[in-house]
Amino acid sequence: MSAPAARPGSAPAPASAASSGRGDGPWPHVLLAWPTVALTVLFLVPLGIIAALGFFRRIQAGFFEVAFVTDNYARALDAFHLERLTVSVVLALAATLVTLLLAVPFTFLLTRRPRARQVPYLVLVLASLSLSEVIVAFAWSLLLSRTSGVSNLLVAIGVMDAPASWSPGLPAVLLAYVFIALPLAVLSLYPTFSRLDQELPEAAGTMGATPLAGFVTVVLPLVRRAVAATGALVFIFVLGAYVIPQTLGRPAQWTMPVQITDQAIMKNHLPLAASLAIVLLVVSSLIAVAIVALGTGRWPRLALPRRAR
Amino acid sequence: MSADRPDLVIQGLGKRFGATVALDGVDLRLPGGSLVCFVGPSGCGKTTLLRVIAGLETPTTGHLLLGDRDLTRVPVHRRDVGMVFQSYALFPHLTVAENVAYGLRIRGVKRRERLARAQELLELVQLPDVADKRIAELSGGMRQRVAMARALALDPALFLLDEPLSALDAKLREGMQVELRRLQRRVGITTIIVTHDQEEAMAMADLVVVMGDNRVQQVGPPLEIYRRPVNRFVANFVGRNNFLPARVVASDAVEVAGVRATVARDLPVPPVGSDVTVAARPEMLRLRAQAPAGPALRGTVSMVRDLGRAVETRVRVHEQELVVSGRGGFAEGDEVWVELPDAGLVALAA
Repeated sequence: MSAPAARPGSAPAPASAASSGRGDGPWPHVLLAWPTVALTVLFLVPLGIIAALGFFRRIQAGFFEVAFVTDNYARALDAFHLERLTVSVVLALAATLVTLLLAVPFTFLLTRRPRARQVPYLVLVLASLSLSEVIVAFAWSLLLSRTSGVSNLLVAIGVMDAPASWSPGLPAVLLAYVFIALPLAVLSLYPTFSRLDQELPEAAGTMGATPLAGFVTVVLPLVRRAVAATGALVFIFVLGAYVIPQTLGRPAQWTMPVQITDQAIMKNHLPLAASLAIVLLVVSSLIAVAIVALGTGRWPRLALPRRAR
Repeated sequence: MSADRPDLVIQGLGKRFGATVALDGVDLRLPGGSLVCFVGPSGCGKTTLLRVIAGLETPTTGHLLLGDRDLTRVPVHRRDVGMVFQSYALFPHLTVAENVAYGLRIRGVKRRERLARAQELLELVQLPDVADKRIAELSGGMRQRVAMARALALDPALFLLDEPLSALDAKLREGMQVELRRLQRRVGITTIIVTHDQEEAMAMADLVVVMGDNRVQQVGPPLEIYRRPVNRFVANFVGRNNFLPARVVASDAVEVAGVRATVARDLPVPPVGSDVTVAARPEMLRLRAQAPAGPALRGTVSMVRDLGRAVETRVRVHEQELVVSGRGGFAEGDEVWVELPDAGLVALAA
């Protein structure tokens, strides 16, 4: 390994040079295997356990016993839970749409600025990413409350007549969803937007395109993959939140994660919670794939091995 | 060239970026239909001036007039300019024809009509067969032509090119200079080319604008700029020059190292008695083995380089080395006379 071959004046040692030239050893393989191992041990195995748990039989006033019953999955797909699932998906899609409508122009304008001026914004974005969902949910529930919320400020400056309560409710849930998803979306869009040639929208301008027309006809087509991927990311991220809908939402906005928590922790019905989780996972994966496909115009060819060659 | 093309008039134009001055009091009149080159070293403000003309930057002071139309506050998309960017800025998600037809699409011209027009323009730049190709499939030279076709698609009032040839290799660049010049003659649109390459500017322009230090140093036809530089910056930047200390001894003569020589006529000469610098082009100096009748400086050959089209001889005269370009015929160490041209020296304020 060390010194002799490199020491000036000494005769070269071909054998040791050859071995040190190859000298990778098993370590790179071990390190590179880590994501696979982690994915298997920490994700696929627990996922298998949860999927199996969905078939176990619940014992009233107890825990559960190993069995094979389909009641839990049947209940997970009953009218009540399908309605909750629909509400969850619609809410998450709405939050994704609003987040993208804010994040895309924000990131575009941010990356048009000189590099040095972008840094403070990026630091702020990163900082707000460090806030956990719990903190965000409780902070907004205070800010939107009648007793101590921002409506009191509006009353003080004469915009409103009396303080109002804006939480819980649909706007509060959407607001908090967008709040936690926005920094994530900006960071996900940032690399693509900063690689975009600044002269492209300028060229569109010289050919008579207004800034908006240039953005729609030149910038958007070039970033749509990144926008689609960000949409899928935000959708999954928001769909998994449960403190926000529980804290800032009325029962009408209680999403699947709220139901799962309720079953798993309050009602101690782990098999039903597990089957609900699996249903949510399948549906959200399908929708995320659909979002990416919609954005890129390419649908994954999963089980269609129609290779003519 | 064409009478119906209005002149572009720039009055007292200034541009600051924060505390940095990018343009300082630019006044220019560019004749309609002409081909103008802005030339200068990097950072001299030439690209900023082009971007202000295009409407991509707003000037801090001054006015921009095209004929009697004040362009100063007109946004880029209503300014009626065609621009070729240094990176070409072709749209990678569109085909060649769609790139060329982009401006027509923005104006709502029907697809069939605009693609037919795109084909015409591609033929104008001698690329008849690439309409359906992607930009990524084209060579650098082809992209250059596509960018020009695209910029001309709307028959703009001004055709602006930012370092259009800098990305091409030397051979291709020379060919494109000729082609660009021909194209401009054919379409007759007032054209401004920004370049850092003074030879390129000389080879193409009707009018050269030499810029340095964020202001215009001299404006004139190429030969005038070459023969009659108004200051040391221009004399040094455009072509090669020898500079010698001298003193004005008459309204048309200077004394260089004890030798009296005449200076170029029709140029202002500093008052008699003042110290000046005279500039002499290498090809205006002649080498003689014997003392000639006219003014000459005695020196020793210090280096000879045969460059093919000419021989460059360096001669040490007193403390200075002069570069002489000509037929050569001398060797290192030879004692020679460097003959000064009659009425060819330019006297510049020292």
